[in-house]
Amino acid sequence: MSALPHALDAVSGIVGPRWVRRRRAERETYASDGLPTLHALPAAVVLPASREEVVRVIRVLAHHGVPFVPRGAGTGLSGGALADPDAILLVLTRLDRILAIEPDDRRAVVEPGVVNARLSRAALPYGLQYAPDPSSQAACTIGGNVAENAGGPHCLKYGVTTNHILELDVVLPDGTEVVLGSPGGEAWGPDLVGLFVGSEGTFGVATAITVRLVPLAPAVRTLLADFDALRPAGEAVSAIIASGVVPAALEMMDRNCIRAVEASIYRAGYPTDAAAVLLVELDGRTDAAVADTAREVEQLLRAAGARQVAVAREARERERLWQGRKKAFGALGRLSPDLIVQDAVVPRTALPDVLEAIDAIGQRLGLTVSNVFHAGDGNLHPNITFDRRDAAERARVEQAAAEIMEVCLAAGGTITGEHGVGRDKLRYMPAMFDATTLGAMRDVRRAFDRAERANPGKVIPVHACREWRTGGWADGRSSDSTASPSAHPPTRPPAGAVSVEGGT
Amino acid sequence: MARGELTTRLRALLGTAAPIETTPDGVPRVAPRTTAECALLLRTASADGWRVRVTGAETWTPPDAPADLFLTTRALRGAGLVSAADLVATAETGVPLDTLRRAFADHGAWLALDAPGAPGRSLGSLLATATAGPLRAGFGLLRDQVLGLTLVTGDGRVVTVGGRVVKDVAGYDLAKLAVGSFGAFGVVTTVHLRLRAIPRADQTLVGTGRRDAVLDVARAILAGGLTPAALELMSPAAARTDAWTVAIRLVGTGDEVAADRAAVQQASPIPLVERTGADAAAFWQEMLDGGTAAPVTLRAGALPTGLEDALDLVALHLDEAVRDWLTVTVPAGTLRWSGAAGPDALIRFRDAAAAREWPVTIERAPWGTCLRLGHFGAYREGVHRLVTGLRSAFDPAGILVAPLSGNP
Ligand SMILES: Cc1cc2nc3c(=O)[nH]c(=O)nc-3n(C[C@H](O)[C@H](O)[C@H](O)COP(=O)(O)OP(=O)(O)OC[C@H]3O[C@@H](n4cnc5c(N)ncnc54)[C@H](O)[C@@H]3O)c2cc1C
Repeated sequence: MSALPHALDAVSGIVGPRWVRRRRAERETYASDGLPTLHALPAAVVLPASREEVVRVIRVLAHHGVPFVPRGAGTGLSGGALADPDAILLVLTRLDRILAIEPDDRRAVVEPGVVNARLSRAALPYGLQYAPDPSSQAACTIGGNVAENAGGPHCLKYGVTTNHILELDVVLPDGTEVVLGSPGGEAWGPDLVGLFVGSEGTFGVATAITVRLVPLAPAVRTLLADFDALRPAGEAVSAIIASGVVPAALEMMDRNCIRAVEASIYRAGYPTDAAAVLLVELDGRTDAAVADTAREVEQLLRAAGARQVAVAREARERERLWQGRKKAFGALGRLSPDLIVQDAVVPRTALPDVLEAIDAIGQRLGLTVSNVFHAGDGNLHPNITFDRRDAAERARVEQAAAEIMEVCLAAGGTITGEHGVGRDKLRYMPAMFDATTLGAMRDVRRAFDRAERANPGKVIPVHACREWRTGGWADGRSSDSTASPSAHPPTRPPAGAVSVEGGT
Repeated sequence: MARGELTTRLRALLGTAAPIETTPDGVPRVAPRTTAECALLLRTASADGWRVRVTGAETWTPPDAPADLFLTTRALRGAGLVSAADLVATAETGVPLDTLRRAFADHGAWLALDAPGAPGRSLGSLLATATAGPLRAGFGLLRDQVLGLTLVTGDGRVVTVGGRVVKDVAGYDLAKLAVGSFGAFGVVTTVHLRLRAIPRADQTLVGTGRRDAVLDVARAILAGGLTPAALELMSPAAARTDAWTVAIRLVGTGDEVAADRAAVQQASPIPLVERTGADAAAFWQEMLDGGTAAPVTLRAGALPTGLEDALDLVALHLDEAVRDWLTVTVPAGTLRWSGAAGPDALIRFRDAAAAREWPVTIERAPWGTCLRLGHFGAYREGVHRLVTGLRSAFDPAGILVAPLSGNP
């Protein structure tokens, strides 16, 4: 008999039966994350209340060899927080205490289930904020942000999640507790905090997270520029960055997206006849300084071909402009039963060409592709609205998504800038990385989780890895692309061999 | 294998024109010219069990480790690929930092990094030690400027991650593992770097006084909600004056810098003197140059509010007379010290710091000290096993000579 029922009984003894969800209807609630096309029913959903409970649960699961998947708010867009019927979903939303805010050291310590926006609100009275601001910040958790290395509009100036994580308490998949990093963020050994951020729940569970807080800028201005073609809008992005001005945020929305927003309750006053709008936020010490920079950016926008540039100074006006951007996914979601949000990055200068290529793909396949994205970073989000009940349309969506990834890779880009690989993008990983690099990544995973029980089947497409085993390559290929003239085939050292100085 | 025999093997592998020399101690030193050559060397070394020490320009650490072979990145000299429009660059790791700086400046671009050490220090040595300078306050660490890299593992596999884009979360961030690990996972041959447009305004403000008085200035600036590009305390030796110094660097557009300058002046309880242009550049460079004057350089990661305590620990264990080179990046809560203390004093300092949960990293020291103390010393509980697992994955034969945790 499978170990699962025994494991679940033991887990129930730890967290209380109320926090182990076994009924199908309950499990269905957790069968998807923010990506509607993937679905998996977990064996059970477990909601521990504290770090101690997490440790004990994971030890039980380790003892019984049961796989598990950590989950925050389930807003992920790559199917990362999905668990198959042989695995437990470990939901961390009850670990939601802000453990400390230390304004003099500009840091805070939180449990993983703390919602992103709540942390920034808590820091506000000290004149501080938690800078990474995913558009999902009203719902997503800091634990999920760490696991995905989440970004957001203001990451252009302030950096993404990995630039803000100082220390991590982690429960490894075998139940061992480790603390990575140090209270002030200095690495203590190799940079395992940097490695953990973005590991998508495959290295264990983060149970306490120390983040850096940054001061709020006293003066802010938001500019809205509209263009009658995509190309000049893309060119304006490069012009602004190259000028040496570092906007706090630089976002783009295309016509389809603008129209969706304007037709929704999130209406922001964007011109519906524009091919694209750019939202540029500038912040600084004084209103006068920011006003000067705003004038300069306005000139750059106009020189690139902007039809109009509106400048919002008052908080209410700025919020309205931002509301359209932040709720764009919601507005798009109203247009059809389903929406997939794609994520890729290209060099900024490639934006005009890539946007045109994406537009052409949509038109050829008869799909509506709407772009709303972090233009300053070259981080695209082409979104496709569709109806999943229509099998033919679904196939075209899959094809479009694959073609978009191909275009981005050909432009020197990457398959994901902030949403992660999860399950959705496994298929593109071999186009990004060669078998040797994928093999090295798998080795790294095994250093944290020898049995690969934490979030199995995510991030690394196992079949595509080249493994290093005694006597040669496990996948049958004889060697690396740089042929080895060595007479000695590479071999693993005997077990227990250590490096020359004995220590690591 | 005898040294002569090893040299013969190297020639057989790389051809007779390969750059192979001998160190003063008679150890062969080879300079692979490409990533493929580097992979070939390490694969062979791993199979045959040659102990390999990786070096760069050798301005930071001398080739004093017991190794069968020194592998220097010196011949990896490509600094070519700068994209001014995308503000990214790709460079090989043997390139000296000053060469890189000039190449970037020619494109109106700038790498926000001002690490201590000789101007000719190789990019690779910086990657290995993750040495940071005052600009860490405003721009983060070197790892924050690295967009991707090529790493040749200890057993000669070529691992390539990241690229010429500024955001990327595909797969694990192996670049983080490679940066700051003292070459324990392999040789980084190529790096993609994030650049910035050269700031249009760049101004330095300097104040002097007693240690705690200049620390108060820095605290007042932080309390005012400012994060300057640099906010650094310097010991009298580091600033080459007879008092402690606080130095603030502001960069950005003219308007931004003017506004920040006014706010800094207002926040500071003591008057600050402005330095600009070449004068300011020389001020910072002289400070940085001092960082390798003595045989040992270390960094300690405390907290901004723990800096008096951290400085007291330095005085207690390493530098009672306050004569050594010492700088503090106040917003990061880190300090950097260079002096001649012996291993026992260093161990006492490290133990006292560890009791406060502050890591102490020995960035450079004579070989015997490195070996005994390890660059990082004892890790926090449970971490040793992870690092050992990672090392054996990347260097299964254990040929890379890099004492991370030491043999106390
Ligand atoms: C409308 C909308 C807008 C979005 N906008 C953005 C955006 O601007 N930028 C952006 O980056 N993302 C965005 N996202 C994606 C998503 O919100 C982020 O990826 C977020 O970080 C996920 O957090 P979560 O708490 O929902 O995590 P989940 O979706 O629950 O989990 C995500 C991953 O994290 C792992 N995980 C969760 N908690 C832990 C933990 N404590 N320890 C270890 N692993 C853990 C899971 O196993 C999974 O692999 C958006 C999503 C939506 C729906």
